[in-house]
Amino acid sequence: MKERRLKVTAPLPEIKGLAAFVRDDLGFDHISAVSGVDWIAHHELEVIYFAGSVKEGWADFVVAVAERVARDNPVVPSLIEVWPGAEYHERETHEMFGINFQGHPDQSHLLLPEDWNDLPPLRKDYVSPGR
Amino acid sequence: MAVEAEYSPDADRIMAVSLGPQHPGAGHFRIRLWLDGDFLVRASPDAGYVHRGEEKMAEYRNYTQNVPHLERPVILDSSNILLPYALGVDELMGNNVPPRAQFLRVIMSEANRIISHMYYLGILGIFVGHSTMIEWAMGDRDFWIDFAERIGGARVTFAYVIPGGVRNDIPPYAIEKGLKTCDWFDRRMNEYEKIFLKNPIFLERSEGVGVLSREDAIRFGATGTVLRASGVRHDLRRDEPYCVYPELDFEIPFLEQGDSWARAYVALLEMRESVKIIRQALKKLPPGSVRLKLGPQPRVPAGEVYTRTEAARGEMSYHIVSDGSPRPYRVKIGTPSFKNLAALPHLLKNVHVADIPVIYWSLNYWPVEADR
Repeated sequence: MKERRLKVTAPLPEIKGLAAFVRDDLGFDHISAVSGVDWIAHHELEVIYFAGSVKEGWADFVVAVAERVARDNPVVPSLIEVWPGAEYHERETHEMFGINFQGHPDQSHLLLPEDWNDLPPLRKDYVSPGR
Repeated sequence: MAVEAEYSPDADRIMAVSLGPQHPGAGHFRIRLWLDGDFLVRASPDAGYVHRGEEKMAEYRNYTQNVPHLERPVILDSSNILLPYALGVDELMGNNVPPRAQFLRVIMSEANRIISHMYYLGILGIFVGHSTMIEWAMGDRDFWIDFAERIGGARVTFAYVIPGGVRNDIPPYAIEKGLKTCDWFDRRMNEYEKIFLKNPIFLERSEGVGVLSREDAIRFGATGTVLRASGVRHDLRRDEPYCVYPELDFEIPFLEQGDSWARAYVALLEMRESVKIIRQALKKLPPGSVRLKLGPQPRVPAGEVYTRTEAARGEMSYHIVSDGSPRPYRVKIGTPSFKNLAALPHLLKNVHVADIPVIYWSLNYWPVEADR
């Protein structure tokens, strides 16, 4: 990643503490986006929280808090308590990648139809119809 | 149901109502409302009616083929949604975009900002029953669409900003016509201010309605006009400069009130700055080529980027992961409407039903952009 971008990671149990550190001590006060990546060759799913800041002088910096989990049981702690703005981003990542965010109040389908009955669509082993 | 019992010991008082999704004035979007008489106790947004899977589609197409379909979610603002994508691919490939192309990217982005804000103010007018505003805004918006059409060749979806530059050069007569449009529009905006934004009837409907405090705006990750109307001076054009914005002279308007009126007024102030930017950029336009020859299937080295720009509605961001193959491994589009969604249920609480349209549309929420 280019300058003014920083990707940090921690073991799963400490991810909440890391996020709180990024928010309180570094001043990254809001979530800009939450992304997921399916690393199918490594049997892992990656969740990335892109945190931004509105503070003068730090507004061009993005800290990405990343975590990797096993593909067959993807459970990560929800970071809504740290960044309330992450609620809908996490809900989207949940339905698109099948990642379970522990502590999220509502993980029902947001963008997908309510009766979606297939693999989470952004996983690499889901093939779009007609492809 | 549990939700109802939560709000009143007397569950009969609370009525659950579905607003939408059959285009309640502004897109295919549903808000579930829990009402106590004329009073809104709680609202829950239900997005996803116009989800088309842009991110999955992007994984099946190469970096050039992705250009026309990635602009579809925001046809009002199509250059602004492509710009961070182009910047991201440029960054991965190490492209040195020619200066003329960078100026044209800025011109087109600002034209799109005006087109989008005009639509926003027009629809806000019709939402409060002010039909002059929608007639004026929709009519005048067409002059800017004409301006963009002379450059991009289409009315709304130009596919103009591409990796490596812009698709084609600006014809000379478009510069001359564009400068005239700028002069005329400067005067025209004074009339908008008088008839709509300073109109006592509109002030009555919007002042103090849906107040989002500075802290909440930051906490919920609000962006764009919503954030700047709540007293935060944050604009990526100034804070994380891209293209040629540092060479141009413009202000970042922001207001302290945080209400629906401030959100609308910030949009008008931003249009004034956009006109300033377009005028300067048209005059400063350097000679040279407007695109790099990348070939039909550009080779993008493996890597990961996160780029963001200030689109009309706020921060537009892309997370692009490349594994070195002709197609992107992952494209995540972070759209401003989706980022503003978290603030919506917070604002739609303890308000009257009549205020719902004003609050909802003052957030400049565009369902297609949020759903992608």
